[in-house]
Amino acid sequence: MLRYTLRRVLGAIPTLLILIALAFFMIRLAPGGPFDAERALLPEIEANLRATYHLDEPLPMQFARYLGGLVRGDFGPSFQYRDYTVTELIMTGFPVSLRIGLGAMVVALLFGVSVGSLAALRQNSRTDYTVMAMSMTGISIPNFVMAPILILIFAVYLGWLPAGGLGDGAIRNLILPVVSLALPQIAYIARLTRGSMIEVLRSPFIRTAKAQGLPQAKILLRHALKPALLPIVSYLGPATAAVITGSVVIEQIFGVPGLGRFFVQGALNRDYTLVMGVVVFYGVLIVFANLLVDLAYAWLDPKVKYA
Amino acid sequence: MSRYSIWFATPALIVTCALVACTGGNDADMPAAAARSAPIGGATGMELAESQVLRWGNGSEPQSLDPHGATGSPSSNIQRDLFEGLVNEAPNGDLEPGAAASWDISDDGVVYTFHLRPDARWSNGDPVTAEDWVFSLRRSLDPATLSQYTFIMSPIVNADAVAAGELPTSELGVRAIDDYTLEITLHSPTPYFLGLLTHSATYAVHRPSVEAHGNQFTRAGNLVSNGAFMLEDWVVQSHIKLVRNLEYWDNATTTLDEVWFYVTEDQSAELRRYRADELDITYTVPKRQVAWIDENISDEKAFAPYLATYYYGFNVTRPPFKDNPQLRRALSLAVDREIITGQVTAAGEVPAYGWVPPVNGYVGQQMPEAAWTQEERNTEARRLYAEAGYSGDNPLRTEIMYNTQEDHRRIALAVAAMWKQVLGVEAQILNQEWKVFLDTRRQMVDTQVFRSGWIGDYNDANTFAELLVTGGGINNSGYSNADYDALVRQAARESDLGARAGLLQDAEVILLEDMPIMPIYFYVTSRLKKPWVGGYEPNIMDHHRSKNFYILKH
Repeated sequence: MLRYTLRRVLGAIPTLLILIALAFFMIRLAPGGPFDAERALLPEIEANLRATYHLDEPLPMQFARYLGGLVRGDFGPSFQYRDYTVTELIMTGFPVSLRIGLGAMVVALLFGVSVGSLAALRQNSRTDYTVMAMSMTGISIPNFVMAPILILIFAVYLGWLPAGGLGDGAIRNLILPVVSLALPQIAYIARLTRGSMIEVLRSPFIRTAKAQGLPQAKILLRHALKPALLPIVSYLGPATAAVITGSVVIEQIFGVPGLGRFFVQGALNRDYTLVMGVVVFYGVLIVFANLLVDLAYAWLDPKVKYA
Repeated sequence: MSRYSIWFATPALIVTCALVACTGGNDADMPAAAARSAPIGGATGMELAESQVLRWGNGSEPQSLDPHGATGSPSSNIQRDLFEGLVNEAPNGDLEPGAAASWDISDDGVVYTFHLRPDARWSNGDPVTAEDWVFSLRRSLDPATLSQYTFIMSPIVNADAVAAGELPTSELGVRAIDDYTLEITLHSPTPYFLGLLTHSATYAVHRPSVEAHGNQFTRAGNLVSNGAFMLEDWVVQSHIKLVRNLEYWDNATTTLDEVWFYVTEDQSAELRRYRADELDITYTVPKRQVAWIDENISDEKAFAPYLATYYYGFNVTRPPFKDNPQLRRALSLAVDREIITGQVTAAGEVPAYGWVPPVNGYVGQQMPEAAWTQEERNTEARRLYAEAGYSGDNPLRTEIMYNTQEDHRRIALAVAAMWKQVLGVEAQILNQEWKVFLDTRRQMVDTQVFRSGWIGDYNDANTFAELLVTGGGINNSGYSNADYDALVRQAARESDLGARAGLLQDAEVILLEDMPIMPIYFYVTSRLKKPWVGGYEPNIMDHHRSKNFYILKH
């Protein structure tokens, strides 16, 4: 297990290098630069800016300089937000995104697995149809439509929750962003759980358990749930990615200062270092999320062994 | 089976209960807009609220709080509260003494002597001295500071050479005569110089904290400033919180205790937060919501003329617009500006028949056809169009390029339709993302007609006139007329205000004859303001100091 983990971590290095190289050169290929503004800068001022941020050097040299910085854990200065380094910006944005992202995942899992199982247990009943219809709706309505509707209802008309911002970080500020982000995931997870639960409940080992006269609660919790969760666990990888990309939109709509907004603003401002920082950071995060998912697999499924 | 379904539903129930619990009990501190009942301002209408907190929607995240490093209004709006220039702007935009209590100007108009306030203090209690100003003005121009607004100080002796790194900063024409007397020498009389001193590039920074903290001197806890407020908290991409500066020389007349600037990038989101009473003043409104606003909250509108022009430029370096003023004028005349401001933008914009918006001490020039009816203009447009060699069988085919945004798209569609209807022009509309667009526009290769806009940097016609001189900073038409350049240059050296305005007006007449750019409308600022916000006055620069604001009882 340890050797497998080590091998996976080492194997992630070339993946990340390719990611870094692609992001590095692609953002520089985009027309326009970090210092373009409505009014052109005086040439000597622009030259001075470019020299300060080493943008006047040949690209390979800039790339080498960037990699050198990364090895030392330095993401460089932000071109746009001059008072901050990229590392500082990531450190302020990530905890916010993490709270919203984790919150959304937890809510999605709790609700998704519960209502999915409920639907499976009452297959073809009215409950089942209601759950499935609602989850179809949840999947179909994009969160940039759902979020403003939730804001209008709960913030503008009812006045129960804030319409945006993080405030002092209280839970009430997080509820609407978390729910908007979780809704499509709840829908996906509910459908996955229902399908896989129905299949597991029909399998011979469950019939055996029933025949042995085990209480049904025990059958469900001890025997059915674990194998039924396997597809959910494999979905957690893509779900993490979906929550991260979804949070880009959600953070914008709710004015929440997470990493997603830095990414969007960084791209629009051609803030090369900030975009690179977020890409590298999320790249590492997703690689490790996938590793965790694979390790969880071994624990859940006796047929999977990592030597 | 029902027992198990209940078990599975439990987590869902728990979370639901938690959600409900969290929302309960909060009604008190966050009233819904509909629940308000007490009259604004109490019985007298002027009673102040107990909590003097003002919350601004402030657009994007400020780029920096270093007054010498920042660009953009989100930054300067906050800096105007944190810092105080030698000269201040009154709520109506008039100039008034700021950190300098008074000043003398030499008879030849080049030497300004500022008498600083002996009671002016930094937020840590240090006195604000003439040496602080010398240090700051030098720092602002020092190439190592990376200021993008060095041209603001260009009238000062040696400023351009210092900014270019050709002379040491000590050669700048600024000196401290004594602790409270500052002398600034200009290379030629500049009637609008005092107005420039309200720009953040000329603010003073606290030398010991700049030297101690380097580029982190703007952080909460580090920042020492000389304005009515000081920095308490800065959460990037969320908000900036300022609190009253007890050391400020005029603190006795400050009413607000706290000022919050929220990052409100998304205009629709900003409007929702405003409606939920989370903001007192918005940065702007989404254009498409103006009709809704007029119907529902028209008394909360704070819309006012703004020193800015929306225009289309023609690329005059390439055919079909090169050496073709008839064609450019034909296209300009065929645009019905009343329809654009009345039907398309519809927030009270003013149709523009000239380049310079209404500004101090200047009579805006208009194209001669401004007084005509649109029908007469259309007839003249058809005549010029034919003169330029185009006809129904041989129509002009061109492209209108704009940066991707709904409002720009609607205007481009309207203009293209008007050209088609009046002249038979086949115009395609194209859009590009902002930075791509800037790049394309600057290269002057692929552009034919392009969307543009300019917001004046200071309250003087020169901030518009200087842009279109040969090689000017936003001259993306490639316009070059020696007579125009000469008049603008001559005006810069003219000390007689009347004569100077005359020169700039002559320049504008030439510009409107050549028509390298086609003005469409003068902007308005479109803020929303809660009825309990007092002290707001519209002004053409849209500069507001929170110091003049107060919150009425509500």
